[in-house]
Amino acid sequence: MKLTLKIWRQKDANSKGKMMDYAIDGIDGDMSFLEMMDVLNENLNNKGEEPVEFDHDCREGICGSCSLQINGEPHGPDRLVTTCQLHMRKFNDGDTITIEPFRAKAFPVIKDLIVDRTAFDRIQQAGGYISVNTSGNTQDANSIPIDKHDADDAFYSAACIGCGACVAACKNASAMLFTSAKISQYALLPQGQVEAVDRVQNMVRQMDLEGFGNCTNTGACEIECPKGISLENIARMNREYLSASVKG
Amino acid sequence: MSGLLTSSIARKVVMALSGIFLVFFLGQHFVINITSVIAPNTFNSWSHFMGYNPLVQYLLQPILIAGVVVHFAMGIALEIQNTRARTVKYAKYKGSANASWISRNMIITGLVVLAFLGLHMYDFWIHEMAYKYIEANPEDPTRYYEETVEKFEPLVRTVIYVASFGLLALHLLHGFASSFQTMGINNKYSPAIQTFTKIYAIGIPLGFAFIAIYHHLNPITH
Ligand code: HEM
Ligand code: SF4
Ligand code: FES
Repeated sequence: MKLTLKIWRQKDANSKGKMMDYAIDGIDGDMSFLEMMDVLNENLNNKGEEPVEFDHDCREGICGSCSLQINGEPHGPDRLVTTCQLHMRKFNDGDTITIEPFRAKAFPVIKDLIVDRTAFDRIQQAGGYISVNTSGNTQDANSIPIDKHDADDAFYSAACIGCGACVAACKNASAMLFTSAKISQYALLPQGQVEAVDRVQNMVRQMDLEGFGNCTNTGACEIECPKGISLENIARMNREYLSASVKG
Repeated sequence: MSGLLTSSIARKVVMALSGIFLVFFLGQHFVINITSVIAPNTFNSWSHFMGYNPLVQYLLQPILIAGVVVHFAMGIALEIQNTRARTVKYAKYKGSANASWISRNMIITGLVVLAFLGLHMYDFWIHEMAYKYIEANPEDPTRYYEETVEKFEPLVRTVIYVASFGLLALHLLHGFASSFQTMGINNKYSPAIQTFTKIYAIGIPLGFAFIAIYHHLNPITH
């Protein structure tokens, strides 16, 4: 198929960027969106032009590096997929596709479509861990009984790949879905209780410091999340936060 | 504890609590108003009670005003923060793909409700204050019904009131359920809460609209 691409080009963090038009032909419906971008870059290379920079790594929907706001939605129009898992058959011959970087003050553009998502790392570092003794005397995992439902829910929360689509989709660029998933994966398990009070307070503080917006419960994040992280996580984070505030 | 005042979650909780408080007030206000349709004498005596009971006047009324001010101020503060969280806007942003219009435009429906509150205060509250404290008129427990019905004689006022109730319904359709989520309530009762808040969000404003239209169509003839 033949497509017109409107792509955000920006030389570096300090330059002003702009949308540029590119025509592309010979795109197969079975290609992934990133493979389409590869074709575009090959064409640009052959013409001696600067290729479009974009993030990617695993290309199998597990690492969370690929991003891209495609036609106004993070990871494009499909549901529960990352951009690398989005197929070109979701588009039609002759379509114009707008491709932009994820937009948030806390996600500054590094170049073209690549944004700096280390704000997420700093939120994680602020409390997204447990202290365990790894000296070689590790306890048998089965010695701590865990309710099946809690184990399942913790697992669903831990499925977050930190891609940032929730922030990109949110009208307020709020990072509450990500942060709440990272808090929930510990809050649901007995191992997470020791540091529970500090964890939620420190991670929420870091989230606020990074300049993300506030949740308005529009639910856009949940819809756009490639891993189906649920809004229940945000409610759980708020509960954890309120109880931590009371406990000190 | 300090985070409890300044953090994003604290702000949200203040928004939710003040919102819920206003929702309760709205219900109480409706119960009194509907008597103006079904039992004018009850309306008179209840209105008189609300207007002269010191507990209502000097405790509940200031709390109500504070509730509106807090809700409004926090709404504006959040809106400013949220706008600042995305400095460069998208060239294409498909908000309708993943969230309802009402959830994305709480500030618009909220500000319309605020404008209505201005008119409403002018219509009833300022008049009451002048009647009681400036003109220092004697107590008259029978005047409320007639005064209220007369207010709805002009078509313009009735239309503005009804339209405002419509926007209030939109504000509450998202806001009422949302405040439960904000306060951390998302469990097996949530579907029931959603249903209840939807019925309330439509039913109460619809009831207010009915009262306004009813009085417009049934003026007092002397
Ligand atoms: C008096 C009638 C009003 C009632 C009953 C009411 C009720 C509510 C409720 C229950 C919420 C949900 C809180 C949450 O998201 O957790 C809410 C949110 C909101 N209200 Fe109101 N409200 C009223 C008036 C106003 C006014 C006058 C404004 C003016 C600015 C306003 C602005 C907002 C905004 C911006 C939100 C979303 C807050 C957010 O982003 O979290 N509301 N309202
Ligand atoms: S919650 Fe979903 S959208 Fe947000 S970072 Fe995690 S996987 Fe991505
Ligand atoms: S490249 Fe790893 S999730 Fe898309």
